[in-house]
Amino acid sequence: MIGPPLAQDGFLRERGGDSCVADNGFCPQWIADNFDRYVDPFFEHVYLTVVPVAIGFLIALAMGLLAHRRRALIGPLNGFTTALYTIPSPAMLLLLLPVTGRGNTTALVALTAYTQVIIFRNVINGLSNVPAEMVDAAAGMGMTGRQRLFRVEVPLALPEILAGVRIAAATTVGLAAFAYLAGAGGLGAQIDAQITFKSNVVVAGGLATLLAAALDLGVLGVQRALTPWRRAAVG
Amino acid sequence: MGGPAHSSAETLTFRDATKHYPGSPTPAVDGLSLEVPAGEICVLVGPSGCGKTTAMRMVNRMIDITSGDILLGDRSVKDRKPAELRREIGYVIQQIGLFPHRTIADNVATVPKLLGWDKKRITSRVDELLELVGLAPHEMRSRFPAQLSGGQRQRVGVARALAVDPSVMLMDEPFGAIDPINRERLQNEFLRLQAELRKTIVFVTHDIDEAIKMGDRIAIMQEGGRLAQYAPPAELLMSPASEFVEDFVGADRALKRLALQRVRDIDLWTAPTCRVGDSTDEVRRRIADADIDIPLLVDEHGHPIGWLSERGLTGERVREELRSRAEPTVDLDDILRDALSDLLAADTLYGPVVDAQGRLAGVLSMQVISSALTITDPGNVPAPADLAS
Ligand SMILES: Nc1ncnc2c1ncn2[C@@H]1O[C@H](COP(=O)(O)OP(=O)(O)OP(=O)(O)O)[C@@H](O)[C@H]1O
Ligand SMILES: [Mg+2]
Repeated sequence: MIGPPLAQDGFLRERGGDSCVADNGFCPQWIADNFDRYVDPFFEHVYLTVVPVAIGFLIALAMGLLAHRRRALIGPLNGFTTALYTIPSPAMLLLLLPVTGRGNTTALVALTAYTQVIIFRNVINGLSNVPAEMVDAAAGMGMTGRQRLFRVEVPLALPEILAGVRIAAATTVGLAAFAYLAGAGGLGAQIDAQITFKSNVVVAGGLATLLAAALDLGVLGVQRALTPWRRAAVG
Repeated sequence: MGGPAHSSAETLTFRDATKHYPGSPTPAVDGLSLEVPAGEICVLVGPSGCGKTTAMRMVNRMIDITSGDILLGDRSVKDRKPAELRREIGYVIQQIGLFPHRTIADNVATVPKLLGWDKKRITSRVDELLELVGLAPHEMRSRFPAQLSGGQRQRVGVARALAVDPSVMLMDEPFGAIDPINRERLQNEFLRLQAELRKTIVFVTHDIDEAIKMGDRIAIMQEGGRLAQYAPPAELLMSPASEFVEDFVGADRALKRLALQRVRDIDLWTAPTCRVGDSTDEVRRRIADADIDIPLLVDEHGHPIGWLSERGLTGERVREELRSRAEPTVDLDDILRDALSDLLAADTLYGPVVDAQGRLAGVLSMQVISSALTITDPGNVPAPADLAS
């Protein structure tokens, strides 16, 4: 992380003279008193996660649908999205700084880039795993290529596509903690500000975990609503 | 009614149709020529890999014809847009191929939706079709395929293929994945349906018994996609055109013919009948004139009661003294195979035959059955000129 902890002077004084706080311990009272300072960073974090995953989903889905029809594109697009993913996050942010400047835009671009490999692969795998007989049946009924894609292939690939979105969401919650390096907000700045203070780390980390869980449940809910037939198969 | 007016069935003609898959040394279907008359079922049968599916899928252009042609009515399928053509041809896919993510109603509505029918018309057509194939619409409509038994899925597959009342249906081993008892039921139901609908149907199977049962005509194909024989079932069993066909229909082809004939189709024996109280002299005269010398006692309605014993004829009038009851009785509408099986099971040589009202119509005997097997009925055998096709 950058620089030495800012803690020593300003924050420490702010915390008051509580001995638990002075020991950098886990202090419920302090948490209760200071909870409001986490509200804004939390919602920034939500924004920094939901927007990249949503935009990333649309881009990766479009690329996936294209590559599914022009299969020669699968290799290059796979390579490209994998390459994006392997750039370490600080490096990615630093690379983007000259282009997009400090702030949310840089963070959003970087985080969106990271979602690509996961979602793209799941789109491609999901579509490839649709049984050939289903596509054949659709053609045999007289569906055109586009009708087959949107009425049969995509719906059947949906569970796998949305599984990719869930992984991407969880990953993005974690990566968004670095967004502050690019001058964006989020819980990352809070954690870094007092990284040795247990109460702070627990609250900020806890909120991030909660966000990841909530997003996961949210996407899962969407998935269940969109694929009632899968439950029918079981029960 | 939501359905369209019944479209009239069309004749389907294969004209030297050939499919050569690229990279394969021999054609999968080699110069297939045959005509399926409008409203008839043509069964394509043959060993695995002989080109049945390929031949069938050339009809709706799921596979492109390499050379030759296929005509629907008098139009070549090659002049049609594939997607349009396929919506006009009912297709029951090998392993059924229902869409697992769509409800039963939506599955059945697949083609009507592609054709842009309005909602009300679709709903009423779906219900009509489900009822037609023996499924309760209110119960089935909103289920998913995974919630149905194999037999029910099969019916939905047929309903889907019938959705826009196509003039031609293609059915690829539609009953292949179903247990024997249910298969028999579905076959019977389908034949009943077809008697009403009169579609032109190409039906693929590799089961010769199913072919004999379902087909108005059977095309036996052999390795290399060649047509070995094209004929109605009885003719195929009576006079196989080659050793291959003879082997394929099986050494029991004479027995299989029993499945094609009904009791009413053959000349039954007459039995001397009598009622209680008839004059025994009169009965003795009847015995002399009849095919069997055992009198059969019937009641006042003509229902058979049993075979009379000698003691029943000792007095002046017939008394009810039976040597055995009239069991089993055989229905005029039974197929010969089942009737024979009944006789064998009861360990008897004769079985009284009754009509729909239960009245005696004659007597079936082992000899009658065996002569039905050995005599080649000239009325049933087409002239040799018809054999070549
Ligand atoms: N897409 C394809 N490409 C190349 N060869 C094929 C293709 N489809 C089928 N064949 C070959 O063509 C021949 C006929 O196949 P087809 O599927 O028509 O047989 P079938 O009579 O329906 O067999 P089964 O009873 O097993 O379903 C086989 O030798 C098969 O291997
Ligand atoms: Mg086949």
